[in-house]
Amino acid sequence: MKKFSQIFKDAENKITGIAAAPGIVIAQAYLFTKEKLVINESEITDVEEAKQNLIDALAKSKKELKKIFAIAKEKMEEKRAAIFEAQVMILDDPILLKNINDRIETEKKQPEFIVNDEISKYQSLMMHSYETYMKERAGDIEDIKNRIIRNLQKKRWESKIKNDMIVVSDSLTPADTILLSRSNAKGFVTDHGGLTSHAAIISRSLNIPAVVGTHNATKHIADGDTIIVDGFHGYVLVNPSKEQIDFFKEKIEKLVELQKSLAELKDQPAKTIDGKEITLLANVDVTGEIDLVITNDAKGIGLYRTEQIIEELGELPGEDEQAKIYLNLSTRIYPKPLVIRAFDIGGDKFKFLDFDEPNPFLGLRGIRLLLENQKMFKTQIRAVLKGSKNNNILFMLPMISTVLEIKRSLEIIHECKNELRDEKIYFDKGLKIGIMIEVPSAALLTFELAGYVDFLSIGTNDLIQYLIAVDRGNDLVSDLYQEFHPAVIRTLSHIVKEAKKAKKPLSICGEMAADTLAIPLLVGIGLTSLSLAPATIPYAKRILRSISFEKSKLLAEDCLASATVDEVTEKLEKFFKDNSIKRTRNII
Amino acid sequence: MIEQTVKIVNKAGLHTRPAATIVKMAAKFKCEFYISKDGLNINAKSIIGVMTLAAEMGSELVLTFDGDDEKQASEEIIDYFKRGFDEL
Repeated sequence: MKKFSQIFKDAENKITGIAAAPGIVIAQAYLFTKEKLVINESEITDVEEAKQNLIDALAKSKKELKKIFAIAKEKMEEKRAAIFEAQVMILDDPILLKNINDRIETEKKQPEFIVNDEISKYQSLMMHSYETYMKERAGDIEDIKNRIIRNLQKKRWESKIKNDMIVVSDSLTPADTILLSRSNAKGFVTDHGGLTSHAAIISRSLNIPAVVGTHNATKHIADGDTIIVDGFHGYVLVNPSKEQIDFFKEKIEKLVELQKSLAELKDQPAKTIDGKEITLLANVDVTGEIDLVITNDAKGIGLYRTEQIIEELGELPGEDEQAKIYLNLSTRIYPKPLVIRAFDIGGDKFKFLDFDEPNPFLGLRGIRLLLENQKMFKTQIRAVLKGSKNNNILFMLPMISTVLEIKRSLEIIHECKNELRDEKIYFDKGLKIGIMIEVPSAALLTFELAGYVDFLSIGTNDLIQYLIAVDRGNDLVSDLYQEFHPAVIRTLSHIVKEAKKAKKPLSICGEMAADTLAIPLLVGIGLTSLSLAPATIPYAKRILRSISFEKSKLLAEDCLASATVDEVTEKLEKFFKDNSIKRTRNII
Repeated sequence: MIEQTVKIVNKAGLHTRPAATIVKMAAKFKCEFYISKDGLNINAKSIIGVMTLAAEMGSELVLTFDGDDEKQASEEIIDYFKRGFDEL
């Protein structure tokens, strides 16, 4: 039998990318190309179905607009708010809808073609006006037109998705990823995105193998091609030979065996060989993951990313709806703790129609947006308090960069508590409040910030990108996003020391914690609590159980003295080799 | 049928907010309601239609109401135009 390197070297049908979620899968490809707004003018056979699709697309568009409005309304100037209202009214415009429906019946063409044609008529009238504001208005109409068309196309695509396919796309939004996983997607391959793109994070959460950042997978793979996705190494093989299929089938068998042996670790403690116990917590994106959290015996939920609720529901849930979600989740994990992170909206996580920020990552996101939209913030705080009946919820604030932000948040939390007290609603009086350390200024001020809160958690994804000044989603520079950058390691070490000095518990919840190569380093620096995607917990536990804490400390000291990424990586790899610890990708 | 010419008197003209208000007012009545300007005749129960009217300050529009409740509708809506869409 050939070795992996041999198989891969010989392969002419290979595409390389970033190994984003572990696992191997062989299945047919489904090309999910959604970015191009090409209007399909084909004839239809089922008029009733087409009309129903239109109704659904209009309802979906309305839901989306209302979501944007709910989040943005406090920041929206009156003029924008009026345009928003007019857009919603267009979705109910009786004259427009009658014309569109009549034309679907008589012309029997795709509704997206008729919607485009009808609305464009009005736009061209506006464009011919001499008034400049009319041209702007035509642009607003363009927004709503494209939204309806996109939703109509989505309906058309959704009906095409077959079960058990590997989805190949230029990029995937969190909502797409969740939608596709519901139709049992077997794997994901994307042109764009890195390890910390949302598609990657969610695939890991859902335990679906993924290779991202291939640049050109959508060009080389055709709908219906058989492909092999190796999510350990970041390879895709298109229309594989019999030899390649046999090779990977054997790998899959080995993987199943390995997973069985990992499952046996479930009841074993996450302890180093010299007895240092490390707490392994789970990051939760979608509520469906909770089963995996329990199966893999996480010691609690170290990060619940609540903004995913908005993605899942397609709208901003109200107070009681949120409270129910939080209470259910805290009941499932009870008596272990559940850390709820306040909505981290903005940056790349949410695109607002109304905030076209030149630098969204440096803009209104996380705690900044919450403090500007206090109504939304208070709704969430009240929901968290209402859901805290089991006394096992902790609440965490994202993107803190100053003491003032903590003070203002604590005031608002205090206000909400008083309200609930007056309303005679029970909540956990001792609810602990923590912050994310994910901005360099917060990292430097760890000790001072810690004085105001009960616990801290490092978010490596953002911390790394802000520290190195590199946009992790920008393919042109994403190579510079290096978790083993010496500056990153020194900053982590500083945070650990300062948190210890302040006597406040500290955890780490970015993607770095799930990188098996990083684990001895993190433990050596002094981190005692790691929060990672539930599917990756057994892999991390296996590594922890095979390393020595004392040796890890020496390794960390060595890495802290390094000046380049290569030096650090070399030292880590040498550590694995010297101590005969095998990474999962090298076992199978 | 009631037909009346009205003048736009507010500074910002018939922008999006008044357009939405007019359509919402029109929806309350059963009668037909059209606005015409420069040869363009728009059904005023359609927001996208009303939005296509470029009507700056000083321009004149012809409003036509036709139906059982035309009197009430015309009074209410013409008054809104005269008030300069409450922006004076």
